[in-house]
Amino acid sequence: MTPAILKPPARDDAGIVDELLAEIGRIPPAPPPGDGGDGERPFGEPERTPFVPNAVLGMLVFLGAETMLFAGLIAGFLVLRYGAVVWPPPFQPRLPVEVTGVNTAVLLLSSLTMARALRAIRRGKQAELARGLALTAVLGAIFLAVQGSEWVRLVQFGLTVASGAYGATFYTLIGTHAVHVLGALRWSGFRLF
Amino acid sequence: MSNPATHATVHEAHHELGFVRTYIFSTDHKMIARQFLFLGLFMMVIGGLLAMVVRWQLAWPETPVAGLGWLLTETEGVLPPEAYNMAFTMHATIMIFFVIMPILAGAFGNFCIPLMIGARDMAFPRLNMLSIWAAFLSGGVMLAGFFVPQGHAASGWTAYAPLSAVATYQGVNWGQNLWLISLFILTISSLMGAINYITTVINMRAPGMTFFRMPLVVWSLFITAILLLLALPVLMSATAMLLFDRTLGTHWFLPEGGGEPLLWQHLFWFFGHPEVYILILPAMGMASEILPVFARKPIFGYRAMVYSMLAICFLSWMVYGHHMFVSGMDPRVGMAFTLTTMVIAVPSAIKTFNWLGTLWGGNIRFTVPMLNALAFVAMFVIGGLSGVFMASTPVDIFIQDTYFIVAHIHYVVFGGSIFGAFAAIYFWFPKMFGRMLNPTLGHLHFWPTFVFFNLTFFPQHIVGVGGMMRRIYNPMQYEFLQHLQWWNVFITWSAFALGLAQIFFVINFFWSLFAGKKAPLNPWQSNTLEWIAPSPPPHLNWGDRIPTVYRGPYEYSSPEVAEDWFPQNRSLPARAAARH
Ligand SMILES: [Cu+2]
Repeated sequence: MTPAILKPPARDDAGIVDELLAEIGRIPPAPPPGDGGDGERPFGEPERTPFVPNAVLGMLVFLGAETMLFAGLIAGFLVLRYGAVVWPPPFQPRLPVEVTGVNTAVLLLSSLTMARALRAIRRGKQAELARGLALTAVLGAIFLAVQGSEWVRLVQFGLTVASGAYGATFYTLIGTHAVHVLGALRWSGFRLF
Repeated sequence: MSNPATHATVHEAHHELGFVRTYIFSTDHKMIARQFLFLGLFMMVIGGLLAMVVRWQLAWPETPVAGLGWLLTETEGVLPPEAYNMAFTMHATIMIFFVIMPILAGAFGNFCIPLMIGARDMAFPRLNMLSIWAAFLSGGVMLAGFFVPQGHAASGWTAYAPLSAVATYQGVNWGQNLWLISLFILTISSLMGAINYITTVINMRAPGMTFFRMPLVVWSLFITAILLLLALPVLMSATAMLLFDRTLGTHWFLPEGGGEPLLWQHLFWFFGHPEVYILILPAMGMASEILPVFARKPIFGYRAMVYSMLAICFLSWMVYGHHMFVSGMDPRVGMAFTLTTMVIAVPSAIKTFNWLGTLWGGNIRFTVPMLNALAFVAMFVIGGLSGVFMASTPVDIFIQDTYFIVAHIHYVVFGGSIFGAFAAIYFWFPKMFGRMLNPTLGHLHFWPTFVFFNLTFFPQHIVGVGGMMRRIYNPMQYEFLQHLQWWNVFITWSAFALGLAQIFFVINFFWSLFAGKKAPLNPWQSNTLEWIAPSPPPHLNWGDRIPTVYRGPYEYSSPEVAEDWFPQNRSLPARAAARH
């Protein structure tokens, strides 16, 4: 069976984000007009044409919420960071800046491959879309794997969640980000494989 | 673009769904609305009973609570201090998060938005279903906290750290953990709702339904959704941090590990102040909806209403410091928060004057929903004015954490939100369930509620200024409060009467649900779109085509038509139009 994502999109502007987001709510993608069913436009009636499709708008709104979640966490970190007399606190292992830098590059690269996948499907090139998506998922998985191994090393060096404000802020913020990447991986990965 | 297959698809789409898909795992926004309503009303009973327990203790401290002997066997019915702390904590938590939010934003957000903008359902119906089930799960987790050893959370609904951050400080371990987990799930539920509301309002409006033809209740719910969307994630981050402090040993709020207890207050109130507007904005929208219908007049200052709600939405992010005037804040910062807080009273005042302007010279019909809406306006004025007192730092420092604050919050969330909720239930019940509520029982419910509400909460201003602290276990311990004790007894009797008055509502609700008079299409002769759908509206709301909108929602007593109402979907006959 062909994965649903490889079917041509229902509308040319709907694209892959629509499909991916449909997966969040498990909403059937918008049927072509007059198609019936319990999708967005069951009667194919002349509604106003939205400026952006529901799925894209919903995703943008969701990103607004995520931004505020990270804003809360980062504000908490800044309060503790600038409230501390010495930062990083003494007797704590140094955080691996180099590995993290490379890992960040991996993550940035994955957004590039995602953008290319999106461009590919807009031009109707399905094989290229699948390749771009797969690459994105692989890069995301690499990021998580590297971060996981770094966490294991840091725990061995003695930095745990219970190591005062340093450990608390580090693991909570980075962990939340990892959950965010994992979520993205789940949507792109499940659609693909 | 019109579609020849339309009629064929109507019948296809109307195939019968099974019991489970219709009543339990439904994606229909109206069923989800009913589920939110039942959740809220059920929780209101629990939250109300907890308030009665608190009132008993304050009137007759450390005497056996009538009817609780079976529960408090060790103390022979006397409420121990830990149980008292738990009772007021859970009263507030349940009323705010599980009564007002589910009823106003959950039930009426779901019911009103698609029907009043002419959509067939929400933008993401399954996400919507997920939202109600997350809310049920969250409610279950919250109720489970009553049954764990050491009892439920007892650190106040604000859960200030470090009291809330270490189990031994308040003597509650799993109760507080479950409290945090429950709120975390509830934020996810509300976020799913908010994403749906915002997308639906922006993208799914019927042809002709421009933003400035939307009913004000839809505007208010839309703005509430924006506040939910941006405020709840901050609560989410704070509850996660606190839960980690309690279970994983992090030190976000614990000074011994470099944490900062005040951080909790900042995060909580950055969420908490927008939260009070989340609780009141939908009620403001409902009043704006109901007053013109029963005054048979257009709303006064429609655009001013919209802009003032947008101003509230914007300003509500910069006032939260007024909850922390005594938390060691730099007086200059306190001054800034005083100013912003005074400024946010201006849009609320604009709304109040517009409601009065709507009533002025109106042909008022004193129906039960109208009475509740009028009570909303009057009580909100009292609550709003006492809020201005507190905005001013010198006054606030004196009344901080006294019963004056308790009186204020109840005038806003009971006098405001709950009267708004009752108004909405009496108003939309016919559309929601297809049957009319009994007006006699409605009056029997409204009048005692209104009278005893004021007798319960107005004297709390007096005991508050007299120095009675909020959350104290036994006011008789303090000599300077003893001469006020008769007020506490008076308040408690009024509170009991207020509680008993709700029995009329319960009887009316359930009796009318099954045996009420069948509701006509448009019992209140209202203009908005939901009243052209059948009562109750079928799955997908509109028959074979969605309505087209030609005018704003408040054209009552228009000279252009013979009737005194002018539905939004009626186009002006050519003859009448030619006169202009
Ligand atoms: Cu506030």
